[in-house]
Amino acid sequence: MWSRLDIRTSPYLFITPFFLLFGIFGLFPLLYTVWVSLHDWSLIGGNEGFVGLDNFVRLAGDEKFWSALYNTLGIFTIAVVPQLLLALMLADTLNRRIRFANLFRMTLVLPYITSVAALAIVFSVVFGGEQFGLINQVLGSIGLDPISWQGDRYWSWAAIATMIDWRWTGYNALIYLAAMQSVPKDVYEAADLDGASRARQFVQITVPLLRPTIIFTVIISTIGQMQLFTEPTIFGNNGYAGGTQGQFQTVMMLVFQETFDYQNFGYAAAISWVLFLIVVVMGLINVWLTSRIKGAE
Amino acid sequence: MTATTIERPARPHDERPRRPRRRRSGGGLRRMRQATPLTYFALILTFVLSVFPLWWMIVVATRTTTAASQFPPALLPGGNLVDNVGRLFTNNSANFLTGLMNSIIASTTVAASVVFFCSLAGFALAKLQFKGRGFFTVAVVVTMAVPVQIGLVPLLILMDWLNWRGDLQSVIVPFMVSGFGVFLMRQYVLQTIPDDLMEAARIDGCSTFRIYWSVVLPALRPAMVVLGLLTFMQTWNEFIWALAVLTPDNPTVQFSIQQLNESAYSRDFALMFTGATFATLPLLIIFFVFGRQLVGRIMEGAIKA
Repeated sequence: MWSRLDIRTSPYLFITPFFLLFGIFGLFPLLYTVWVSLHDWSLIGGNEGFVGLDNFVRLAGDEKFWSALYNTLGIFTIAVVPQLLLALMLADTLNRRIRFANLFRMTLVLPYITSVAALAIVFSVVFGGEQFGLINQVLGSIGLDPISWQGDRYWSWAAIATMIDWRWTGYNALIYLAAMQSVPKDVYEAADLDGASRARQFVQITVPLLRPTIIFTVIISTIGQMQLFTEPTIFGNNGYAGGTQGQFQTVMMLVFQETFDYQNFGYAAAISWVLFLIVVVMGLINVWLTSRIKGAE
Repeated sequence: MTATTIERPARPHDERPRRPRRRRSGGGLRRMRQATPLTYFALILTFVLSVFPLWWMIVVATRTTTAASQFPPALLPGGNLVDNVGRLFTNNSANFLTGLMNSIIASTTVAASVVFFCSLAGFALAKLQFKGRGFFTVAVVVTMAVPVQIGLVPLLILMDWLNWRGDLQSVIVPFMVSGFGVFLMRQYVLQTIPDDLMEAARIDGCSTFRIYWSVVLPALRPAMVVLGLLTFMQTWNEFIWALAVLTPDNPTVQFSIQQLNESAYSRDFALMFTGATFATLPLLIIFFVFGRQLVGRIMEGAIKA
């Protein structure tokens, strides 16, 4: 009797903690975001009434939102494209007979496991100040003018993208390396026999065969980078404003600014929700592209 | 009957990243392409670029603030570490000691909890028969795609309702389970635990929990270590949510170094870098002890994805 009860109920008991906690702290907030976004909601006043789509209408005409979206997409692009290309080349380099192979692989994982906030502090000093940042001193020593890493929109993107790339290039290289090692070597042998150069083998064999892995890393990077927050916040050193003119304020920083500086919960929820939709749409575009590419073969 | 009487199952997580096998002799062309000096140049450059920021962080942490703006950069540690550490722990705006303790407590608790609940659920989904098993398995996979950060505002409202804002449990309880963890454990149980073993334990009169505890869990150790480490790292590193829900007087270590970063009017780089070093220290230890397993785990995950 007892043991029958045990067999019937145990499975449910075992999965309950997961679904219960996920339901409360994962699913509920996500759905509740929709509700909050349809209301005027402040920190102190609480729910101050249903306003329908007002928050979304406001968002559509909010220059700050569009600027933040532009920054997020811009930083994403200039970070992710070179990052994945570098990672591919690095993986190709490691996919040879080399000495100290394990040491070099470990090197790739080191940035990935370090503290994001700590390294963002270090990098903001490396780029920092008008003259005193390490990089500007290097530029000065070879006779170039210092770069305004924080003041100029695109240079600030470059600085933030560097932090992202420092952290993620090696990680992606490891993923590519794993995929490369499962490519049958005969393919390269045949190419060698046909006299194809290394570079050509890389472009015409390695990259196409790795396509599923490349798309996987693109999707993962998209989901992560659309929520970019830590690096630009610490780099800015001025709260969630993202520079004097918001030149590197990301969407996630805007959510924080609306939540904490202006205590506009309803509007912040609307921005979050739109950000979520953008991530989903970008994911779908990735999937669609993938199936298109596959279908073309 | 105990686990030792059967043949030990394959344990993929034990393996080092597999080296590509060399071709048998006499096969014509070489399998692995040869490295050139350029290869080593590229690898050494990568090594320097990866290590330099960390090394420089530690160097400045042992010197005075002027070292941070020195050119060419200081490359060797100085003698100021003790002084910096002293100032760090007595700095009023950062509450560094509290932050450090909070991070240790939160990361350890979350890691232990994720390992326990995820292996429990993973075991149930892999081996136990019950109605809705297929549905729940799919549901777990779907939760992995849900970006929790999006629910920031409602989660904050929820914390207000619970009266948890500013308290340490607010950075612990929401992260005590993970869909990724359940999925990882389920896959591992499927690969390592033979059905016969469970049957035998059942016949011996073990309760389901007893089977989990005495038969399954010991076999899961490698997966538990990996999941525990990854979760510890993630929790230790967590910044966004801590910044949202905690207050400067009760921070985590990442929050606390951000306080150092923002509060200093003439920025005290030596102090900031000492804090940053402490905020990275446990991760560096993990790297030195388990780096190889982590490399294996990342590469293995890539193949299965």
